[in-house]
Parts: sequence; C-alpha cells; structure tokens
Amino acid sequence: MTSLPRWADTALVPLFSLALSLMVAGLMVLWIGENPFHALGIMLKGAVGTAYGWGYTLYYATNFIFTGLAVAVAIHAGLFNIGAEGQATVGGLGAALVCLSLEWPHWSLALPAAVCGAALFGAAWAAVPAYLQARHGSHIVITTIMFNIIASALLVYLLVNVLRAPGQIALETASFPPGAHLPTAHEILGWMGIGFPKSPPLNISLLLALAGCMLVWVLIWRTRLGYEIRTFGFNESAAIYAGISPFRIVMTTLLISGGLAGLMAINTVMGEAERLLNNAVQGAGFVGIAVALMGRSHPVGILLASVLFGILYQGGAELEFHMPAIDRDMVIFIQALVILFVGALDNMVRFPAERLLAFIARTR
Amino acid sequence: MAAEAIDTASRKPAAPAIELRNITKSFGSIRANRNVSLTIERGTIHGIVGENGAGKSTLMSILYGFYRADEGEVRIHGIPTPIPDTRSAIRAGIGMVHQHFKLVHNLSVLENIVLGAEDDFILERSLTRARSLLLDLARDHQLEIDPDAIVEKLSVGLQQRVEILKALFRRADILILDEPTGVLAPSEAERLFAILRGLKNEGRTIVMITHKLHEVMAVTDTVSVMRRGEMVTTCRTCETDAGKLAEFMVGRKALFRVARDSAEPGERVLDIQDLSVVGRRGNEAVRRVSLCVHRGEIAGIAGVTDNGQAELLEALGGIRPATGTIRIAGREIDCSRRAASARSMHEAGLAHVPEDRQQLGLVLDFRAWENMALGYQHRFRRPRSRLLMDISALQDLTADRMRRFDVRPTNPSILAGRLSGGNQQKLVVAREFGNAPSVLVVGQPTRGVDIGAIEFIHRQIVALRDAGAAILLVSMDLDEILALTDRVAVMFDGRIVGERITAETDATELGLMMAGVVTESLQ
Amino acid sequence: MDYTTLLQLLDSTLRLATPLVFACLAGLYAERSGIFDIGLEGKMLISAFFAAGTAAGTGSVWIGMAAGIAASSSLALLHGVASITFRGNQLVSGIAINFLASGATALIGQNWFRLGGQTPLLDRDSRFSQIELPFADAVSSIPVIGPFYIETLSGHSILVYCALVAVPTTWWLLYRTRFGLRLRAVGENPEAVDVGGISVAFLRYRAMLICGLLCGMGGAYLSTGLAGGFIRDMTAGKGFIALAALIFAKWQPVPALYTCLLFGFLEAASIRFQNLEIAGIAIPVQLMQVLPYILTVILLAGFMGRAVPPRAGGTPYVKER
Repeated sequence: MTSLPRWADTALVPLFSLALSLMVAGLMVLWIGENPFHALGIMLKGAVGTAYGWGYTLYYATNFIFTGLAVAVAIHAGLFNIGAEGQATVGGLGAALVCLSLEWPHWSLALPAAVCGAALFGAAWAAVPAYLQARHGSHIVITTIMFNIIASALLVYLLVNVLRAPGQIALETASFPPGAHLPTAHEILGWMGIGFPKSPPLNISLLLALAGCMLVWVLIWRTRLGYEIRTFGFNESAAIYAGISPFRIVMTTLLISGGLAGLMAINTVMGEAERLLNNAVQGAGFVGIAVALMGRSHPVGILLASVLFGILYQGGAELEFHMPAIDRDMVIFIQALVILFVGALDNMVRFPAERLLAFIARTR
Repeated sequence: MAAEAIDTASRKPAAPAIELRNITKSFGSIRANRNVSLTIERGTIHGIVGENGAGKSTLMSILYGFYRADEGEVRIHGIPTPIPDTRSAIRAGIGMVHQHFKLVHNLSVLENIVLGAEDDFILERSLTRARSLLLDLARDHQLEIDPDAIVEKLSVGLQQRVEILKALFRRADILILDEPTGVLAPSEAERLFAILRGLKNEGRTIVMITHKLHEVMAVTDTVSVMRRGEMVTTCRTCETDAGKLAEFMVGRKALFRVARDSAEPGERVLDIQDLSVVGRRGNEAVRRVSLCVHRGEIAGIAGVTDNGQAELLEALGGIRPATGTIRIAGREIDCSRRAASARSMHEAGLAHVPEDRQQLGLVLDFRAWENMALGYQHRFRRPRSRLLMDISALQDLTADRMRRFDVRPTNPSILAGRLSGGNQQKLVVAREFGNAPSVLVVGQPTRGVDIGAIEFIHRQIVALRDAGAAILLVSMDLDEILALTDRVAVMFDGRIVGERITAETDATELGLMMAGVVTESLQ
Repeated sequence: MDYTTLLQLLDSTLRLATPLVFACLAGLYAERSGIFDIGLEGKMLISAFFAAGTAAGTGSVWIGMAAGIAASSSLALLHGVASITFRGNQLVSGIAINFLASGATALIGQNWFRLGGQTPLLDRDSRFSQIELPFADAVSSIPVIGPFYIETLSGHSILVYCALVAVPTTWWLLYRTRFGLRLRAVGENPEAVDVGGISVAFLRYRAMLICGLLCGMGGAYLSTGLAGGFIRDMTAGKGFIALAALIFAKWQPVPALYTCLLFGFLEAASIRFQNLEIAGIAIPVQLMQVLPYILTVILLAGFMGRAVPPRAGGTPYVKER
C-alpha cells in the first residue's frame, strides 16, 4: 500500500481524527438535548474569548505541555511512559518539600530550587520502572501503572501522617512561605503596564514550560544524546551497530521523562495552590499521552495540542456554567474520544486515505 | 525422462504430484517470482536451490497458500487446484515445514500437532487420536518423540520432527521443507534424510528448499535452481554436480572488471585468532576462525549463504558478542560486549558496511545527513560543547560525501527510506569509506544494487585498498570475489575450509569448496 | 482476633474478591489471546452503571445485569476493533476506554437521574439477594466448620458463586477444549495458528467478547450486589488490581483465584482494621491498599520467579510483508 506523504501523516490524520471525536461528542450533546454548535460556541468564547478565559486555558495548557513533553521524550526512544501521572504526583512532593523547607526570601531563589526538587523527585519515581525495563525487560507500561497508584497512596499517607499542617482537617500541607510565591500573569503583565485579570492562576510556569519545549527540541534534535535516543527508538539494531548502549538510553530517557513530568508540579503546586493538595495532578499525566500523540512528539505540536486541551478544559468549565444539563464530565468524555481516535483508531483514517492515494496513483 | 524411475515407487502411473505453471508474484515493485514453471513427480525428493532472495521461499509459500500468486496455475496430481489459503493447501494434501518453525513454544508436542486440526470441541479426543498416530509413526519411520514434552525444551532437531509430524497428522502426501538443515547438527541432518527417504518410499512427494549443495546431492532425485525470481534449470541430480549447481546459483553477471594493480600488502592490520560466534538461532555459527588481513590488501570470504559469514561480519562490527581475539593494528579489542564493542572497533579505525543495510546500516526514518553520523556521532561535536552536535558541519559533510560517492538525489535532507537500493548502499559506503578507515569489513556490498552502482562501489573498494586500507570483503557472489580480492578464504559450516591466492584459482574450484566438496586436503 | 471476627473477615474477603475474580479472568482471556487490556476498569465501570441504572428503571436486577454486560461488551468490541482490525495501540485504546467509561457514566447518569452522576438507591427487588446455601441448619452444630459454612460461605449473592464457578470453567475451557488450545496458541504465536488455517482475528474477537461478558458481570456485582446502586467512579482501581493479580497469577486461572482472594483479604483487612499493628509497628492503611501493586512490582523485578506475559501480547498480527 502507498504510504501517506509526511505532511498528511503529521497534520491531516490527527486533524481528521480530532474532527471525528468532536462529531461523536456532538452526538452526545445532541442526545442530552442541547445544540452542539451552541455548546461549541460557548466553549470557544469561554476559553479564548476573554483575557480571563485565556488565563485559565493557558494555565491548563502549561500542565499538559510538561506531561506531553515527558511522554514525547520517551516515545522518541520507543518507550511508552504512562507513569507521568505518578511522576507528577511525586514531583509535587519534591516541590512542596523545597518550598516548605526554608523561609524563602524571594521567588527567584525558590523557583530554581523547587525546579530541582520537582524534577529530581519525578525522575526518581521513574527510576525503578526504568531499571526494570532496561535490565529485566519488564514492560514499563505495567510497572508505571503500578507506580501511579502507589504514588497517590504514598501522597495520602504523607499528607495524613506527616505533612498535614497542625490543626488542619483538609488533606493539605501548610501554605508555602510568601517568598515562594510565583509571579502570576496579573503581576508580570502589571509590571509592564498591561492589565490582566487577577483571578486566573496563569503564572510564570508557562515561561518555564515554553523553555522546556525549547530544551526538549534542542535535546532531541541537536544533541548527541537526542540523536542516540532517536536512533534507538527507530531501529534498535542500528543503534547497536552505532555503538549505542540500550541500557544507557532506556535509563537516561526515562529519567528525563520522569523529571519533565515532575516539573508540572511547579505550575499546580507552587504556582496555583501554594500548598500541596491531595490529587493535584487530576489526570494531566494521561492527557499528556493524548497531547504527545496528537503533537506527533514534536514540541511545537505538543504546544498546540496542549493549548487545544487547555481550551477543552476551560471551555468545559464554562459549558457547565452556561448549560446546566452538561457537566464537567463532558471534558473527560471528549478527552477520551480524542485519545481513542487520535491515538488508537488513527488507522481508521489512515487506511482509507492510503487506499484513496493508491487509487489516485493507479488512475493517473 | 525421470518419470520412469519414479513411477515404480507409486502404485499407479499418475500425473505429476505438483505442477506449477507460469507463477508470477510481486511485492510492490519487487518481482519475487517471474514466470516460474516446475513439475515434480510423485514419490520423489526434489531440491530447490538458490541464494537468499532468489524466490524459493515465496514460490513454496504460494504452493502452501500463504501468499496468493498474481498469475499462474497450480496443479496437484494433475488437477488444477486453486490455493487461496493455507486451509485449501492442507486439504489438497500439502504440508510445510517452515524455516522458522511455527510452533507454540510452551505447548506440548501433542497439543502442537493437533492445533488447528482438532475435530472435536473436547480436546481429549483429538489428543488421543494424535497419540495413537504418533505411536504408529514412531514404529514405521523412526520418528520417536515424547508426546508430552514441552516444545521449547526439545532440541531444534526434535522441534523439526514435530513440524513433520504435524504435516503427517494432516495426512499430507506432499511435504515441503524450507531450509530444513539450517539449524541442525550434521548427525541430526543425517537422521532427517533417512526419514525423508522413508517417506518417499511410501509414495510421498518431498520438496526441499536449501542452499546447501552437498545435501541436495546426497538426498534428492531431481533438483532445480532459482536465481533472482526465475527458474534457471531443472535436472536429475545424478546428471549434475555440486560445482555446476553453485555456478548456476551465483550466476554470471556481465560485470565490468575494475582496472586494478596488483596488491602491495604491508603489515598485518586485522588479526583474528580462534574467533567463535554464537548465531541467531543459538547455534555455534562461527567455529574458531583465524584470519588476518594486511595493509593494502583485499581479502575475500566466499561461501554459500548461512555458513557463518554473516555472524563473522557482525562479530567484527561489534554487534554480536564473540569469543577469541580480534586485534586491530596490534591492539586487542574487547569483542565480548555488543554495542560497547562496536564503539571500540570504530575508535580503533575499523569501518563496517553491514550486509543488511536496511536493518543495520541505516535508519530509514532518518535523513541522509542524520545517517551520515550513525556510529560516528561522537565526532560531530560543536566546538566548545560536550553535548551539542555540529549539525551544519554534518550537513555540509554529507552534501560533500553525497557528491563524492554519487548518491542521487544529492539532497542531504532526503529520508534514507526514499532512496533507491543502490543509492542507500552508496550512502552507507560514503559514510564508512569517507573516514579513511585503516580496516574495512564489508558484507555483500552490491546485493540488490543496479549495475552502475556495482561498478562504482567496486572502484571505491579498490581505491580504498590503494590508499592503504586492509579490507575484508564477504560476498556470496563469486564474480565479485574474483574481480576484487587479492586473496580468498572459503567458509563452510562455520569454518574456513581453504584459502587461495585469487589469481591462482577459479570459479570451479571455489564452487567446489563452497559446496563443501573440496577441502584443504586437495591443496 | 477471635474466630467470629476471622469468619467475618473471610466473609468480606469473598465479597471483595468477587469483582476482582471476574475482571482478572476477563483480562486472562484478552491477554491469553494476545491483546493487552488495561481497560478492565472502564468496562467494569460502565457495566456497573448500566446494571444499576437499568435495574432501577425496570425493577429487575437480571435485566440490569444484561444491560451491564451489553455495555461492557460494546467497549470490549471497541477495543477489539482498535487493536485487531485497525492494528492500533492497545495501551492507548485501553486508557481511552477507561476515560470514556468514566465520562460517559457520569454524563448519562446525570442526564437520566439528576443525582450528580449516581443512580437511585436500589430497593430489595432490584438488587441481587443473598442466597442461603442448603444444609445450613444441618451443619450448624458442627464446630469450626459449621460456623465457617454459615458465616463465610453461605449468604452471598448468586454472582459470588458465579465467580467461584467461573474459575474452574475457565480452567476447563483453557486446558481441555479446542477453543482453549487455540486461545493459548494465538497469544504466544499467532503465526502457528494462521498456518493451521485458523483466523487469528476471529479468535481474538471471541476472546474480547468473553472479556466483555466477565467484566460486565463484575461491574454488575459491584453496583447491584456489593452496593445498592451506582456511585461515580465506583470501581476505584479494582480493574488495575485485577490486572496486577493477573500478572501475579502468571496468567493462569486457578492461581488467579488465589491471588484475587489474597488481594481481597488485604482490602477487607484494611477496611476492618484502620490501625493495624504487627509486632508493635503500625502498618499504615495506605500501605495495605497498595500492597497488591508492590507485591506485583517485586514479582516483576524477578524476586519471585518470572512472570512472562504471552509472547504475542500487545502486537497486532500482520502477515509477513
């Protein structure tokens, strides 16, 4: 069969799959008894129609950029890390411990330290599955699923028994010291004299995420390590021919992946909540899979897909507000459809397209 | 004709067991079988020989219904029999023992035998029937086997026996064996041949695909040779000999002989002592081989496919762990660890053009310039940076090399997978030759490559020799060996069975050595 | 701990292990056929919802269970279409199915019942009733065994006994029938099945249907047997524990039962003893909850023999070339 040209495979197939998933979601909206186009309008207006909406959309997108990059880096080595959820959870622990450990004088000191803490903890949580994969060939998918669940239990235990602020009822730590407060979009734009609403949680972490995109791009396409990762991911025997050690690549790649997932906590734990809450990741690790698949593991694609999912999350919240018949679970539902159509049923679009292409080639 | 001698074995004067008429099969742009016709009489053992990729396996897969022919007709016992799928082949009485056994490793012998031929929902009944059949077969054909043994615990010889039993359980009277002795020890092979003769005497027809000529001579009644998808010849085994078959197999390409001066060998550069390598199937593929190559010399290794050359090459490239010693320019290289060894070989100045360019030599999803760094990724460092690669230098170098080595289109950003076979090979050659290696090991440099590219690559090999490199060339193509090498060693069954000065030998002598007929004792 | 407490503990072990057994066996059929299924959780969840929702609507728990099984089987078929026909990524498909079930149950539930995603509390008739096993009176006088029979074995809903029967049935099907032989073969080496003239795809689809059926029963038990209605995300990771149990049992039916009982016991104990102390050391309840996963990782690390999944698992079957 004729294979599709590259542009069609990277852009057309995911867009078509996305359209399919939106159609199915539209049917659900119709069944609930609302007008799907009206719903889409509300979502778009709520997510990107106002500065307030953008503030939330980009806040969510920041999370997905980190987890999406984490999944993508692993995909380049042919590895499927579905443990970003757990790695982000533990990364949050790392960030919180750093923030709580000192009376930080200024965020510019707290941020690098917290970045280290979050990345190290995230990477550490990926280390055991990575080692089991590299040495024993135990499928990282299975081990990371286990580690996701162990991570959330670990966090509950620590919050209940160790980290909970004295006299507190809710499962959360004490608030971080004021010196660990990250500048929000409202503050940063305010320094430049630009007005921005105060309530959206968008903060400086977005810049960190954009820097992450840049660094991952450099890592994958400009460094020797990235070259070796991609060689290994495309063709393991060619990698061995080129003297690349599979053990080293698997370990390094998954540690980097875990570290990136851990960094998500900078946005949620340090940037938004300013204390460690239970279940702060809320499925962003899994959205990262969808984002990486949709973005074809390229930072630019991931950025776009993250914003798309950010729109979905923020638009979903608006939808709940304006259409009481539809609640927030619509977001989960659409998210599932996107993962399904883009990630697992992609051949449903690709096979007919290839057949069409072969047909055109034959008739010519 | 041959039929007279054969008909005595069968009960009635019957039509041929198998008739293939004008079979054609293409995979994309590759024509695997071109107008192939073949007639095999009942109650005979027929051998089909040919190099890898000659189309033997494809032809037999068509007969077994695994592939569908694009054109042509199959007749079984004189009746036109369409074989659209495996099920119809089994119904037509055809059984096949594949080169890679299609057994389920963790099931018992009995379970493997009945798989797919169970006639009852309750397994026990099929198993009982198979058990009694096994007893019969063991009695009649010396096909003894423990029915309850788990397949993966059996030796390969016994696993093959399970495959044969599987076919017999399905009442096959035509049995196809694809490279049946590739994995067997010599004594096991002997036992297999005895079994095959026994089956023949019962009136069964056996087709054996192989590239081991002495086996064809030993066991078959008739033999045909395939080359590049076509049937070259079919004759009675007693009327031919291994040397002739070897010549038919490798063929005679209208080769342009590269003008070259005689070699001026210098000091030993590549020195191999007692090298043993375990092969893909866990067998000892290379057995204590010792060999040396001098500066300014092309040494060739000739041999029929699957006699250990591939594994020798992989060991030298550091891809496959080996025992023994490899010295490059006097320095011993650790050859026991894959990947790590590949790096140390490179660092010692060895370049390797692997046999399989698509699986090993290139990453097809990479652009040409990315492939130019494969194995040399440490050399393209940005100045003052430990991590970054110098992409623009690499791209410039690639453009330069692509021009020098005539890779077309001369576009460093083209995906390697989009280049033609010849240009893919020239890209590998450009990378490995371009770094002025002191040792070059090169496998099948011109397989599947067009004539123009062959000539070009040959010239480059000679030029590299004249520049002082020590070159080891592994090829199945005798003409290539004769045209390029200064000295030639012949590998057979994992060993080097003889060495000649190329100028003092010829295709006939080498063919006999490759067939395992002539060994060093003749010297 | 006295004998009565132990009996009660074992009694709830049996209850809690039941959905695990169903899901674990469901996974066994899928994975033995060569399809990884991390969507057990989602299939149970959707069945739990439709079983409770339909039972609430019709008043019949049996119609409810049929609806649950139908819903679960459709998701199983969806997974089959993605992994068999379209050769998609089986893990991604499984993740999608988990989210799909979570989102769809909440959406539909809210739309039907307006109870924040829950179904109404089921009355006695639309739940599975408890069955008293025969001869309870006769054995009651026997010491030790009598109370065990009455307290632990007797008095469960029919589905608990179904789960217990499903284990030997699966064993029989797997090791004593033609279907089982082919199933075991196709997960290890689909080519061996293909050259024998048997359709790999059809075999795998049948395995997925059985997987859907069993997940459906497990889900129905959750909402109409164990509990009296559906609440959001009520599977709460049971599908993943079942997956861990499947690995722990090395993909075999009888060890699967023992593993599920062990994991069920751990859950029962963590519910009963919020503060468990062994040899003076307080065992946190969270540790008890994740012990199944930790044990499975230790197993995977090679400390307790090797757990080798079916060889062809996770890879779509494509004929050569």
